[in-house]
Amino acid sequence: MDADNKVRRKEVLSSMCEQRARMLQDQFSVSVNHVHALAILVSTFHYDKDPSAIDQDTFAEYTARTAFERPLLSGVAYAERVKHSEREKFERQHDWTIKTMKREPSPIRDEYAPVIFSQETVSYIESLDMMSGEEDRENILRARATGKAVLTSPFRLLGSHHLGVVLTFPVYKSKLPSKPTVEERIEATAGYLGGAFDVESLVEYLLGQLAGNQAILVNVYDITNSSDHLIMYGHQNQDGDLALLHESQLDFGDPFRKHQMICRYHQKATTSWTALTTAFLFFVICLLVGYILYGAAIHIVKVEDDFHEMQELMVRAEAADVAKSQFLATVSHEIRTPMNGILGMLALLLDTDLSSTQRDYAQTAQVCGKALITLINEVLDRAKIEAGKLELETVPFDLRSILDDVLSLFSEKSRNKGLELAVFVSDKVPEMVMGDPGRFRQIITNLVGNSVKFTERGHIFVEVHVAENPKPIDDAKAETCLNGGALISGGRRFNTLSGYEAADERNSWDSFQHLVTAKALQDDASVKMEVADEASQSVTLMVSVEDTGIGIPLIAQHRVFTPFMQADSSTSRNYGGTGIGLSITKCLVELMGGHISFISRPQVGSTFSFTTVFGRCEKASLGVGDTKKSNAEDLPSGFRGLKAIVVDGKPVRAAVTRYHLKRLGILVEVANNVKIAASACGKNDSSCGSKIQPDIVLVEKDSWLSGEDGSMNLRMFDWKHNGHMFKLPKLILLATNITNAELEKAKAAGFADTTIMKPLRASMVAACLQQVLGTGKRQPGNGMLNGSSVLGGLLCGKKILVVDDNMVNRRVAAGALKKFGAAVECAESGKAALKLLQLPHSFDACFMDIQMPEMDGFEATRRIRMMETRANEQMNGDTDQGSVRKDEWHLPILAMTADVIHATYDECLKCGMDGYVSKPFEEENLYQAVAKFFKTKPVSDS
Amino acid sequence: MLGLDADQLRADMNRLLAFLFHQGILDEQFLQLQQLQDENSPNFVSEVVNIYFHESEKLLRNLRSLLTMDRELLSFDKIGIHLNQFIGSSSSIGAQRVRNICVAFRAASDNNNRTGCLRSLEVLEHEHCILKNKLHELFQIEQQILLAAAVRYPVLN
Repeated sequence: MDADNKVRRKEVLSSMCEQRARMLQDQFSVSVNHVHALAILVSTFHYDKDPSAIDQDTFAEYTARTAFERPLLSGVAYAERVKHSEREKFERQHDWTIKTMKREPSPIRDEYAPVIFSQETVSYIESLDMMSGEEDRENILRARATGKAVLTSPFRLLGSHHLGVVLTFPVYKSKLPSKPTVEERIEATAGYLGGAFDVESLVEYLLGQLAGNQAILVNVYDITNSSDHLIMYGHQNQDGDLALLHESQLDFGDPFRKHQMICRYHQKATTSWTALTTAFLFFVICLLVGYILYGAAIHIVKVEDDFHEMQELMVRAEAADVAKSQFLATVSHEIRTPMNGILGMLALLLDTDLSSTQRDYAQTAQVCGKALITLINEVLDRAKIEAGKLELETVPFDLRSILDDVLSLFSEKSRNKGLELAVFVSDKVPEMVMGDPGRFRQIITNLVGNSVKFTERGHIFVEVHVAENPKPIDDAKAETCLNGGALISGGRRFNTLSGYEAADERNSWDSFQHLVTAKALQDDASVKMEVADEASQSVTLMVSVEDTGIGIPLIAQHRVFTPFMQADSSTSRNYGGTGIGLSITKCLVELMGGHISFISRPQVGSTFSFTTVFGRCEKASLGVGDTKKSNAEDLPSGFRGLKAIVVDGKPVRAAVTRYHLKRLGILVEVANNVKIAASACGKNDSSCGSKIQPDIVLVEKDSWLSGEDGSMNLRMFDWKHNGHMFKLPKLILLATNITNAELEKAKAAGFADTTIMKPLRASMVAACLQQVLGTGKRQPGNGMLNGSSVLGGLLCGKKILVVDDNMVNRRVAAGALKKFGAAVECAESGKAALKLLQLPHSFDACFMDIQMPEMDGFEATRRIRMMETRANEQMNGDTDQGSVRKDEWHLPILAMTADVIHATYDECLKCGMDGYVSKPFEEENLYQAVAKFFKTKPVSDS
Repeated sequence: MLGLDADQLRADMNRLLAFLFHQGILDEQFLQLQQLQDENSPNFVSEVVNIYFHESEKLLRNLRSLLTMDRELLSFDKIGIHLNQFIGSSSSIGAQRVRNICVAFRAASDNNNRTGCLRSLEVLEHEHCILKNKLHELFQIEQQILLAAAVRYPVLN
């Protein structure tokens, strides 16, 4: 843009310069022409006329009147050529002497050129000899030689002292030949007409007429002598834009002289605003962009720095966290070890003879120690969970037995408080599930523990359902819960387990019944669905723990799961604990793929419910039985097919009782009160077996107390009607807690058989029933007879060797096998067994303990197998017709082991054993192991 | 009168058993053991339990002497063998708590933790003592029942 500007400027300058030059030149040539005309005038009227028509006055007047024609000339004058010889005559004629330029009488010369006519403006040069001036003389000589107008070099003019040039024109006397020579010209010269160009003022005037006069600076030079330019106009040293100038040639009509005009700008080029602003804006934009980039870069760097810093902080925080967890783990472990010592010692101390004060102290110490251990364990758990170290097992386990275990844990406490503690597991829940039994137990223990802690009356009820089922009922019940729950909490008896109101009414009998019946319906209708269900790999269980305790205050409900937060500070004072349990529970539940929530109403109770996902257990893996023993207690199957009546006014409680009995395979009917039960029995009698014939009658203590007379009736009734019958139903009292007086009364009333203390557990019920039925275990238990008779059939008459270093084990194993009709021999070490098994022998099977001193079961088996192969080879070698040989020596050897790890099983097979049974013996297990080879045996045996 | 007495004794025994189960002193294996008892081997349970106590007392003595030995002579392997025996026989008669303590004891001996072993041994002796007392009580009641039943007119059988 600046370049454009410059070009334009240059163009403007050159055009202006050219314009001025042309104008000057034109004006000049006009003036020159006019001088030429004057010369002709003078020649015409001064010389051709005789006498002369022109005198000084005429000339002056004429020139003055024609001065406008010669704007560049300050004045004109005519000088006559006077030869020295004519001087005197001339001086006389004009009456003055010829003077030099210095106004002195002229010295003698060859010729003179005194001015005779002059314009008024230059009248002061009249009578001056023009040839006395160096410049003029040269001019005159040149002019008359060429016959053309000639110019002097610029000099200071007389008078005005302005720079100027003198124009000289020759005037010839006579007409010249068409091509005159120089001599002819000189000869014909009559005089000279001269005019002074006051170049300075004239150019000034000329330029003044033009626009843009201020902008440019004009210099006019005479450049005849190319090395020394003479200035004609303008100041030699003038400021101006030296960078840019324009030169124009001037032709003033004198070929000898050359002139030049140089133009410059007065001022240096004002740089253009647009360029400037553009540049400025550009600069600003650049600056801004730069700043933005800089800012961005700085920001990025800063963010990066921050990021690194954060990262480092995070690493440090993580390290700190890990360190914390490790510290917690280590420390709590380290604390645990001595604490166990303390607790053990305290327990021992408590067994010694102590005064009551001492005992009190020791007991307090023990309680505190136990609390501390619990706390440490919880902290350790928490730390483990936080450190991500807690890994869940996936092993098959029996949910129901775990729940039973947990209940038994709290049975003592709940009984002391008079709480009803019960568990109910829906039939749809698979018997065995895959998951982490330890952690599941922990969750349940935490929740039930809390409930027991905060409940003073009423009940604690643990329920397990498959999660798909209860949803629609949830919705329905939730509404009623909102609508009516709080309003009618007055004196109403609630249909819950204990009759107390519960926070979450979903567990009341209405929905419960709904659930159970729905299930019954589904059992029929959805066999297909169940098949589909079993195909899916996992099952979601919904577990709820309901209590009728103090509840959680509304304000504290949102921080229940925050570690170390209890409802309020008074809680820990009143009830103890640290509040870490629930947060662990939540963590565990989430680890197990479920979530936990609760409903709680202060002074009414809380219901914690959580879902958890377990894998389904494949039946095949179950059948092996190796996993089963580890965590599933085995309920005796001896009660299968028994019939029982449960007398209970509270349907939920009755359902729980029924659930436990059902697990034992007992058919259950529920009667609301004793009378109904009695009448059921009565009908029974008359219609003889069309209805169930109860073997057992279980009576809830409450029902019995409320209808005491009825129970007496029942007893009477039974005695009367069953007098002639073979057996009479056993009466069992179910009670949460019972006073001695009540117990006496119960005995008197006929519950002599037994009292089952709640909470109910299937195994405990089984144990009690076994006691009640006493010798009757072989009598009604046809299911059991089946099992043992099959075993008996298998084992009857077989000779079996039992190898075990442990005398107790040996005795028990022998006892069990003998019971099935086997002939048993025992050996107490591997060596002894080897001796007995020297071929040929008559044993049909061998049960071998694995862990024995000196020679363990594996080694013994290996040796036996070696012996057998040797014998077999020999036999094959002896008799070539080996194919005819019907049996080779191969004694079935079964390992007996307490570990049921799979590796052990593999090891057993590797060293040549045929299978194994877990210790201690179980019928089913034994049967499975034995059946494998004894069924095929008879074919080869005999 | 005598019949009622037998009923009461039986109830007492049931309560005692229930207590033992609740406390975890015994587990279902004991019931299995009882099932093995029939007319062919009428004293099976007490016989086995007697063997058990005979053996276990011997084991306890051995363990005690092993653990009170000098540090250099202390052999955790031997202790482990003894404990395995103990565990095996305890689980055979269903002495759950004793068995659990033995397992802990074995863990301690696996870690060569002498003090831990000593502690466990003391707890074990204590627990063993309890078990012995309770079972003794149980058998006494059983004896009384048998006595009472012998006197009582047999209704059921």
